[in-house]
Amino acid sequence: MEVYRFSLPVTLIFPLLAIFLQAFLPLRFSFFSILDLPLLIVIFFAMARRSQVAGLITGAAIGLLQDSLTHQPLGLYGIAKTVVGYGASSLGVKLDVESVGTRFLVITGFDIIHEIIYFTIAHGMVRLNLHWNWAHELESALANAIFGVFLFALMDRLKDRA
Amino acid sequence: MGRYRNVSFLAAAIFLQILGLAVQVKTPTENKPTRLIRVWAVSTITPLEKGLIRLQSGAADLWHNYFYLRGVRQENRELRDEIEQLQLEQVRLKQDADQAHRLQKLLGFKEQFIAKTLPAQVIGSSGSEQSRMVYIDKGTHDGVQLGMAVISATGVIGKVINVFRSTSWVLLINDQQSGVGTILEQSRLQGVLKGKSSGELVIDKIMADEEVKPGDRVLTSGGDQIFPKGLIIGTVDRLSRGPEFLQISVKPSAALNRLEEVLVIVTKEEREPVSTAASGRASDILAERLPSVPDKPVSPSLPGMRSAAPGAVPPRAVGIRPVAAGGAASNVALSPTKPAAASALAATTPIAGRLNPATGTPGSKIPVISSSPSLTSKPKLPPAATSKPVSDPTSTQPQPNSPGDAPQ
Repeated sequence: MEVYRFSLPVTLIFPLLAIFLQAFLPLRFSFFSILDLPLLIVIFFAMARRSQVAGLITGAAIGLLQDSLTHQPLGLYGIAKTVVGYGASSLGVKLDVESVGTRFLVITGFDIIHEIIYFTIAHGMVRLNLHWNWAHELESALANAIFGVFLFALMDRLKDRA
Repeated sequence: MGRYRNVSFLAAAIFLQILGLAVQVKTPTENKPTRLIRVWAVSTITPLEKGLIRLQSGAADLWHNYFYLRGVRQENRELRDEIEQLQLEQVRLKQDADQAHRLQKLLGFKEQFIAKTLPAQVIGSSGSEQSRMVYIDKGTHDGVQLGMAVISATGVIGKVINVFRSTSWVLLINDQQSGVGTILEQSRLQGVLKGKSSGELVIDKIMADEEVKPGDRVLTSGGDQIFPKGLIIGTVDRLSRGPEFLQISVKPSAALNRLEEVLVIVTKEEREPVSTAASGRASDILAERLPSVPDKPVSPSLPGMRSAAPGAVPPRAVGIRPVAAGGAASNVALSPTKPAAASALAATTPIAGRLNPATGTPGSKIPVISSSPSLTSKPKLPPAATSKPVSDPTSTQPQPNSPGDAPQ
């Protein structure tokens, strides 16, 4: 299987751009709040690099950065995205993650896993009074998957062979 | 060992973050310093957001002010009509406000006034549904401080929870960690407005047997010491009765998910209300509001009464003896939260043990004519602010005041 790497500007700019758009777009277009662009970036980089350590570091860094823009304690998104980064890179080693169908399923699955981890930590450790809503989570996962398939196709052009 | 290297990294990364979380949860909120990573993140993201917002508003201004002027003449005409309507309404409201201020002054009330506001542009959000807050483009450099209230032209927005040099965080009222002291306009019930994780606004802890109707306006009560009293929050959308408490869902009047410009309340002042009209005695003020015996020709032969100069004294202005008014004032003072009820009580309580010399009926209000300049020069109130005329000239039954008459 192919292992890809990314140039330093791409590695730095795309996560920052995703976090910036995540903070900016929902104010103008409220339907964007259903998407989690930083999560899609974590999954993409983790699956392309196929390195579990790189995946979890990417996930932790992006998650903590996302946490720092909220008023919640640092680490909620950090832990959830660390696990997702590790999981996505592990899956990337075993599956052909270039096909559209696989990408769709992988994004859907990891989006739900991400929300479950976030909910568990937020509820269990931070005592946030969250309400789990399956319909909303599925809707969000599907929206992310559809958007992610197109985004990944665009971002494939940024890959360099290792 | 190499086999478990990746899993060990994962365990270490998760452990460190959980440890960090535990420390943050344990630290009290008021002592929590701003983490460096937050400062870095905000310093990186917000300049981009500010730049983009300026670009966007510049382009929009260019379009709206120079190119797209279709329908402006028609809109201008409609706005002029609206201004005229509002000016008429303002005259009536000013009378009511003056009267309320005079009463509050007499009762020693102190009000919080918004002394200074700072306009700010919303430049971003947290991007998370679990953290409902926005970024504004004003910070310590502009005089913004922690805990300041943020409002808009349409309603209450939130409060400042973190301040940087040129940016601040505003926690929206629909965040679940937010709480606003509220009062329902009609029923005067007080409660605390909170956000739910879904972003819905609810008021709880109001007893299930209380009467609340959908559409009732929800205002700030001032009890939280952050928002001045009387700012509009929204309207009661729907309610469900639990075994003990009502669950009141509130529709915010401000569009919390599409915010653009807001006002930060920089300075609040607590002072006695200032009335533009001349202040008077409690009896005079209440007399203006209360129903009275209608116009009657005054007989100079009646004992204990002086002749009135023709046209000098409006009958309704002298319809209450000081003893009745004094009693009414006491009622108001005893129950300041229900001035309307106090006025009604004063209006329906006759003077016990007295006979009206004119009609001979017990409990009627005795007209006493005074030549006091404050009474003779009393301005005429507009129709909405006056008591309804009594249909039967001999009847002493007081008529209820219109709802708008109740002093707030």
